[in-house]
Amino acid sequence: MATTTTTATAQPSASAAQRNVRAQSAVQMIGVHKWYGEFHVLRDINLDVARGERIVICGPSGSGKSTMIRCINRLEEHQQGRIIVDEIELTNNLKRIDEIRREVGMVFQHFNLFPHLTVLENCTLAPIWVKKMPKAEAEEVAMKYLRRVKIPEQANKYPGQLSGGQQQRVAIARSLCMSPKIMLFDEPTSALDPEMVKEVLDTMVTLAQEGMTMLVVTHEMGFARSVANRVIFMDYGQIVEMNTPDEFFRNPQHERTRLFLSQILH
Amino acid sequence: MDTAAGTLRYVRNEQIASQPPPLLVRGPIAWIREHLLSGPLNIALTLIGLYLLYVLLPPLVKFLFIDAVWSGADRAACREETAGRPVGACWAFVRDRLSYFIYGSYPVAERWRVDVVFVLFAVGIGWMLWLDAPRRGLGALYAFIILPIAAFVLLSGAFWLGLSNVPSSLWGGMLVTFIVAIVGIVCALPLGILLALGRRSKLPIVRLFSIIFIEFWRGVPLITVLIMANTMLPLFLPDNITIDRLMRPLVGIALFTSAYLAEVVRGGLQAMPKGQYEGAMSLGLNYRQMMTLIILPQALRIVIPGIVNSFISLFKDTSLVAIVGIFDFIRTIEAARIDPVWAAPTVNFTGYAFAALFYFIFCFGMSRYSLMVERRLAAGQRR
Repeated sequence: MATTTTTATAQPSASAAQRNVRAQSAVQMIGVHKWYGEFHVLRDINLDVARGERIVICGPSGSGKSTMIRCINRLEEHQQGRIIVDEIELTNNLKRIDEIRREVGMVFQHFNLFPHLTVLENCTLAPIWVKKMPKAEAEEVAMKYLRRVKIPEQANKYPGQLSGGQQQRVAIARSLCMSPKIMLFDEPTSALDPEMVKEVLDTMVTLAQEGMTMLVVTHEMGFARSVANRVIFMDYGQIVEMNTPDEFFRNPQHERTRLFLSQILH
Repeated sequence: MDTAAGTLRYVRNEQIASQPPPLLVRGPIAWIREHLLSGPLNIALTLIGLYLLYVLLPPLVKFLFIDAVWSGADRAACREETAGRPVGACWAFVRDRLSYFIYGSYPVAERWRVDVVFVLFAVGIGWMLWLDAPRRGLGALYAFIILPIAAFVLLSGAFWLGLSNVPSSLWGGMLVTFIVAIVGIVCALPLGILLALGRRSKLPIVRLFSIIFIEFWRGVPLITVLIMANTMLPLFLPDNITIDRLMRPLVGIALFTSAYLAEVVRGGLQAMPKGQYEGAMSLGLNYRQMMTLIILPQALRIVIPGIVNSFISLFKDTSLVAIVGIFDFIRTIEAARIDPVWAAPTVNFTGYAFAALFYFIFCFGMSRYSLMVERRLAAGQRR
């Protein structure tokens, strides 16, 4: 499908040059550390995501991949290092956090739709309250994105009446309604029945083709091959290996990566 | 027909059309046999139940209805010697003193003002409780802003309207019971929600204050609160400040109930999955928007039974204000039943039966209403 012409300057290791803040980056993580109590979850994460870049993050459970992308929109707080999202640095300043969250959409493993609101209300809520968009306009925008994820006919149903795949597509539409510059996906297909995985992945592929900056935690290696510019493998809270998908799958360098790939690719 | 059982290979060629479920129509006799007579223990329990009904029901019906006295001007109607027949409930007493039960000692000439307030309240409550009512926003403005002011002006009087002043010491009966209950409910719920949020807050001072407040009010009996409010509060205040004597227990009851409601609401907040918070935050909603739009609507729905439980409990606890000399509904019955004009053997029972009926109607109404709301809110969004 999509050819993997890498537009980004892929830098596998943390070099000194990478530690400078660059204006054209969508997300920059510089020497990020995080602890849960005594447990060191993220260890010296250095990552530079260019605008329009698609990054797939994989790794064993507990390796810190979800924690890493959740740091980008401050669902988790990092304790050391710097995170710069769309030229805004993440600090404890609540205003900046809100600013960043407006720019960054997120799709969760368990959808996290609001069950007491209809699909349409789920989509219009944030534009109306956060962006102060008039209701009619917000509904128009919502319907546009619901058409794009191919479920406009479900607009007036409640999330509980939809299948898992449909719910996840609503969640994607809900995020898109805020017109984010960056989309984070935290294992978007892991909670889905096998038959529903494809419809969600197709939606994500379309999004990628339109040039959205995406960070995707997933084990869908087919998706990684066809869409990603870079694949990152994490273990023990560290980025162990980072490469273009071609190289990553054909010729993994680190022993841990080879072991992991041999486990999940049969 | 060929089935998969017993064969190694099987492919279904045609789809089975969906059929209606088997009919399960059973008569009342089958129902009785199944539910009441399904074993020796159940047969015994059924018989005991029937016997108890036989023992209790006829005398009750006889007392309340058959032998009851429905009209009369004084005790003569309700005494066996003067009435010349066995006398059950003395409803004549309730009819005679009904206006006292409703208005207390409110001046007779001004009682129309109370009636107007009752009508205003009925409109406000109806507007708020009817979920499909038109212009509910306007209704909320009316019920929470206009109504309290109008009710206060009407009840206590205003010279600029030509309404004479009626001190709250003359208010009584159902009027006071309704005022205490409604003000208690309307003030306690928002306060309880704030306390519940405060107790889960990350700010240590807010959290500590909420915990101390909740634990204090839950730790003292309501009677103590009322007596303290009535007798000790004036001691602490400067001489020139006096708080209305109806206001004091009102505040006490509202604070007392808010502490209980706070814990009920906190239970609902704790039942909310973390994902709902994260979903809301990831969209850029701030704390207030997240709470009012996402978390509270769901959390409060979960705890409707607990909230209504507290409301019902509050409604009945209003009778405790009698302790500090306020003539609520129960107190008016107490006062009327010892009135020599109506000194008759069954007047006491009748008065209490009437009180029980009054409280039951309102508490049962609240209970049914809450069930209706629960069912309705659950209808669209069943997971």
